[in-house]
Amino acid sequence: MSKSTLTRRGLLKTGAVAGAGLAAPTIFDGKAWSAAHTGFTNAPEGDTVTLGFNVPQTGPYADEGADELRAYELAVEHLNGGGDGGMLNTFSSKTLDGTGINGKRVEYVTGDTQTKSDAARASARSMIEKDGAIMITGGSSSGVAVAVQALCQEAGVIFMAGLTHSNDTTGKDRKANGFRHFFNSYMSGAALAPVLANAYGTDRKAYHLTADYNWGYTTEQAVKESTEAIGWETVNTVLTPLTQTDFSSYIAPVLNSGADVLVLNHYGGNMVNSLTNAVQFGLRDAQANGKNFEIVVPLYSRLMARGAGANVKGIYGSTNWHWSLPDEGSQAFTRSFGTKYGFPPSQAAHTCYVQTLLYADAVNRAGSFNPCAVVEALEGFEFDGLGNGPTLYRAEDHQCFKDVLVVRGKENPTSEFDLLEIVEITPASQVTYAPDHPQFAGGALGSCNPGA
Amino acid sequence: MDAIILQILNGLDKGSAYALIALGLTLIFGTLGVVNFAHGALFMLGAFCAVTLNGILTISHTVIDETRTDFLGNPLKVEVPYIYDIFGETLGASIIDWSVPLAILFAIPVMILIGVIMERGLIKFFYKRPHADQILVTFGLAIVLQEIIKYFYGANPIPTPAPEAFIGSFDFGQLIGFDANTIIYPYWRLVYFGFAMIIITGVFAFLQFTTFGMVVRAGMADRETVQLLGINIDKRFTLMFGLAAAVAGLAGVMYTPINSPNYHMGMDFLVLSFVVVVVGGMGSLPGAVLAGFLLGILESFASMGAVIDLIPGINQVIIYLVAIVILLTRPRGLMGRKGVMEE
Repeated sequence: MSKSTLTRRGLLKTGAVAGAGLAAPTIFDGKAWSAAHTGFTNAPEGDTVTLGFNVPQTGPYADEGADELRAYELAVEHLNGGGDGGMLNTFSSKTLDGTGINGKRVEYVTGDTQTKSDAARASARSMIEKDGAIMITGGSSSGVAVAVQALCQEAGVIFMAGLTHSNDTTGKDRKANGFRHFFNSYMSGAALAPVLANAYGTDRKAYHLTADYNWGYTTEQAVKESTEAIGWETVNTVLTPLTQTDFSSYIAPVLNSGADVLVLNHYGGNMVNSLTNAVQFGLRDAQANGKNFEIVVPLYSRLMARGAGANVKGIYGSTNWHWSLPDEGSQAFTRSFGTKYGFPPSQAAHTCYVQTLLYADAVNRAGSFNPCAVVEALEGFEFDGLGNGPTLYRAEDHQCFKDVLVVRGKENPTSEFDLLEIVEITPASQVTYAPDHPQFAGGALGSCNPGA
Repeated sequence: MDAIILQILNGLDKGSAYALIALGLTLIFGTLGVVNFAHGALFMLGAFCAVTLNGILTISHTVIDETRTDFLGNPLKVEVPYIYDIFGETLGASIIDWSVPLAILFAIPVMILIGVIMERGLIKFFYKRPHADQILVTFGLAIVLQEIIKYFYGANPIPTPAPEAFIGSFDFGQLIGFDANTIIYPYWRLVYFGFAMIIITGVFAFLQFTTFGMVVRAGMADRETVQLLGINIDKRFTLMFGLAAAVAGLAGVMYTPINSPNYHMGMDFLVLSFVVVVVGGMGSLPGAVLAGFLLGILESFASMGAVIDLIPGINQVIIYLVAIVILLTRPRGLMGRKGVMEE
């Protein structure tokens, strides 16, 4: 797990500790020696530092994983002084100057999460133990994020989460070594509710179909509570198996249930199939309770929306970021990414790129790769220029608080990338909640673990 | 009552897919004695025949639209399909719109060819090996096929819509005297059910009323005697493998508007289709069809809110529960032949 770094300073420290050890009749074990040498897991040797990019390279989210990897490669290129610098030029913190991280050139290794918790932990463990990764980042699922975050906490490395939207990642499963830039279920609900009230009124009856796993539960709860707060009634909530592909038997009864809105708490293939089925069953054209029947998809992903084709037209949802945002940071990133790869980045790519920069900047500001120093640098850090407006990495739960986008499927897309239009940029203040909010209760950060 | 009719209708299209896949599985098992775990992959390959044809029809050249810009602010490159240049925009758009039904014509030769290559290139070497070996090799083949598809088409589902004329649904409830909106059924699912019935009838007619079919049936009953009569039964069985592949492929082609195809859609159907074959009776073609529809409808009923409230999780296990009950009470399956897999 740990690696020896016999630097001059380390040797002096070792000598001091060894001297003290000889003076006192104490038996030191290997761990204590190692700690004396390095102080934290995988302290970088030489002039390079290794980051571990743990993304789904196989399995149903492989396309999102590929986009995440593109973003990471771009971030490494920019950190090492290559390309046009992307968001390094717009980031409010100015410690990143193209000379790597803390003066060390950035290298990386990749792992395949397969969107399976066990596989993701195994690949993260391998990158930490065999490749000496100082930080693990990536992923496209909350189950994976929670599992890898716990592993990183045990191993004493920093985990910068990729795409994970469940409240639990920074709620009941939060960890001191873990940080999330991506938004969460609560924020989706809080951002969507006022827009939905404006578009569809406050007298609505909602029917929820929810993917039967952790993310589904937190999203259903968040959207249910926020829509009920604006006056909507929840007629029914039905759990659907994660492996379901044909949702017809779940959707067919909706129209006759008294509901006039269907909320699809589904992501990925589930979302594509349930939305396609809902449109096939005529829900978009139907009338209920004297109103047009409506469909809502709380978490949108452009990559997934592409799978649903024309079915997304006019349907509201929320997203963490979109390439069409006009701010300087978003445009710089879209330009860098688009020039290199020929198409605009996804929200998964954006959050992964930003997380890498935030980690690098935190190390630079702390002047150390020690995870506890990084935690201290990131906690309460306020920044701007990375695409979501002024942002706070809250110390209490390691969750970023920033603007959230409410989007709608575009009626007349100009290309396969132009599927969503931004309806509203919900300010951070509207989606901010107390650290002990009931939807996030039951967890504690604990203390940072430097490992070794 | 309306809820029951609704779930029967829902079960019909799912049952159609199960029945078509199970029919192919049974054809292969009945003729060649091979348990083909790559059959779900053939269903998936069929779906990707539709995707491929759509891709071919939409091969485009780029026209620069100076009035609009792309995401980088450059003049927008608009893709114009070559088919518009050949047939004009209206007819060209119609051809693309009808790409899924047209893919039937594309998929039949492609799938027969894939089936024959699969049988001659790999499966024939496993005829005399235990069923466990056949399962392992065909399952491995299924994984290879899906990874090939993922390499070329990516992991995300690819939208392949039905022709414009079949998009939407009709109020079946009103037709039979119920209130509006109580029984809604999409047009394409009705088309799928009708298509499945045509294919199933066609396969049965082929086996029942043609000389080729008669020989195949004779071979299924007593392979050695047929061979002793000087008939090259192996060649016919190879063609039957191709036919079974085509049936699975066509089921996949027509399924694409129901659910956007992705590389692992075959696996989603594979295990259930095997349960269908076992419940219907190993080697029994009518059994496979009957069990396909029966289990499709049962699965739909188990997904009703009232049923799930009563027995949580029943929707995920109902098919297996029914399989257990049938195998306990009638080990041969609903219409299984005596002696098949009983030694």
